[in-house]
Parts: sequence; structure tokens; C-alpha cells
Amino acid sequence: MTSALKNIIYNCKQATFLIEKRIAGKITAAEKLQLHVHLRGCSVCKIYQQQSILINKVFVGLENSDFKLDETFKKTLKNKIEKEMNKN
Amino acid sequence: MQNETDKGLTAKSLHSDPISWVEKYADYLYGFAMSRLRDEDVAKDLVQDTFLAGLQRLDGFEGNSKEKTWLTAILKNKIADFYRKRSANGLRDLKLTDAEDEQQDFFDTESGHWNEKYRPQAFGLDVGNPLLMKELGDILNECLAKLPGLWFSVFSMKHMDDLASELICTELKLTAANFWVIMHRTKLNLRACLQKNWN
Repeated sequence: MTSALKNIIYNCKQATFLIEKRIAGKITAAEKLQLHVHLRGCSVCKIYQQQSILINKVFVGLENSDFKLDETFKKTLKNKIEKEMNKN
Repeated sequence: MQNETDKGLTAKSLHSDPISWVEKYADYLYGFAMSRLRDEDVAKDLVQDTFLAGLQRLDGFEGNSKEKTWLTAILKNKIADFYRKRSANGLRDLKLTDAEDEQQDFFDTESGHWNEKYRPQAFGLDVGNPLLMKELGDILNECLAKLPGLWFSVFSMKHMDDLASELICTELKLTAANFWVIMHRTKLNLRACLQKNWN
């Protein structure tokens, strides 16, 4: 067994790093193998992986419309625009 | 002759009606900015800057694209400028060694094993239940608000705007190594925050 492989079998920090790299980018074939071996023996990192993907999904689905401006700010803003237009 | 020119300008300006901008687009633009900045004051400033910049460039607006698209493009540039500024400050304030230190809370320094306190546990959540997912989204919003600005920028550019990692690194002046450390740390923090506040 190569030392890289040995290192990752018990290393959750490295495994979760590779999980993130795989989800958001790409990892090498060697890294894929390392991660595969780690995940086969580590149920905790498997949970991490599921939840990491879930977080991305929930994040992308968050509604922008939850954020609303208050009326006072809008009124001030409208006045500013009108004033700016009258300048020209 | 002078009158003719005035008429021409007026006709051009009619492609857009700035008086109605606030009513039509302010909430939309604010939501767009907030989802990428998580900072009310900054988001308000940028919405205002966007409208004022739009007024300045009104002559250049040909009405080919929709007003909303045009204003959103201006806002996107303003957000990118803000990200760049924040990145310069963020990198100065937050050395990468701090990042590594923080990560050691999650894992045992020697072995790289999960520390007991941060070990992931199943959320016990039915992802098919829209109400529960909404609740999870609300908690995630609170967790996102606690992230350092630079981390949030990186995370949002990657997942909200779906930008290539290389482009984000160029925009924010990050090395690829910095980028991945931030992505990893961000997710570790968000996940731990969700676990802590769920149930």
C-alpha cells in the first residue's frame, strides 16, 4: 500500500477536503481511490458527504425574495433619483 | 436646432423610466445583492449606487435588453468591485495559518480524526418534506450570516453564480490552495452550525 493511501485511510480531515474538492471541482484518479477507500471504512465522513451536498442544494434554493427593503429607505431612494434627474 | 437635439435625447430617455425604478426593481435588486453579500447596509448602498449609475448611463441604454437585466448587470459589477475590495482586506486580516488553527478544532491534530464535539451526526431529516427543508434553509441563512465575508464571497460565487474556481481566484486574488482551504473551512463551519442548531 502506498503511503498516500495509508495516510488517508484514517485521516478524516484530508478525506473531507477531498470531498469538497470533488463536489466543487475535480480530483485526480489517485485521490478518487484514496477517498473511495476512506469512505468505505468511515461512516462519519459518509454522513459528512451527504450533508455537504445537501447544504449546497439548500443554499442554491434559498429565495432572494425573502429579503425586502423597508419603505423608508425606498422613499429616500426615490427622492434621490428624482433630485438627480432634475439636475440634468 | 437646439430643440431638435433635446427631442432626440428625450426620445432616447424614454427607453427607460427611472421614476418607476424603485417600485419595480428595488426589492429584486436588494434580494440579489443580499443573497450574495449577507450585509444589509452594503446591499442597500449598492442598490442605491446601481440606480445612480443607471441614471448616469441612461443615454447608453438602448432598450435592447430589459431594464431589469440592464440594472442587474450594473449591480453585478458593483458586487464584483466590492468583493475585490473585501478580498484585499480579508486576506490582510485573516492569515491562512489562522484558518489552519481553526480547522484543528474540528479534527485531532495528530491523527486527523473528527473531534467528538464536531463529529457529523445524521440530521434525521426527510428531504422530501418542504416544511422541514424551509426550516433548514432558515437555519442555513443564520449560519451563512456568521461566516467571514471573504469566505461567504467565495462560497457564493462558486455555488450561486456557478463561476469556475480559476475565475474566482483571479477575481479575489486567491491562490488555488487558499481557495480550497476556504471552501473546506466554509463547509465545515456551515455543517457544524446546522448540526448545532437543528432540533
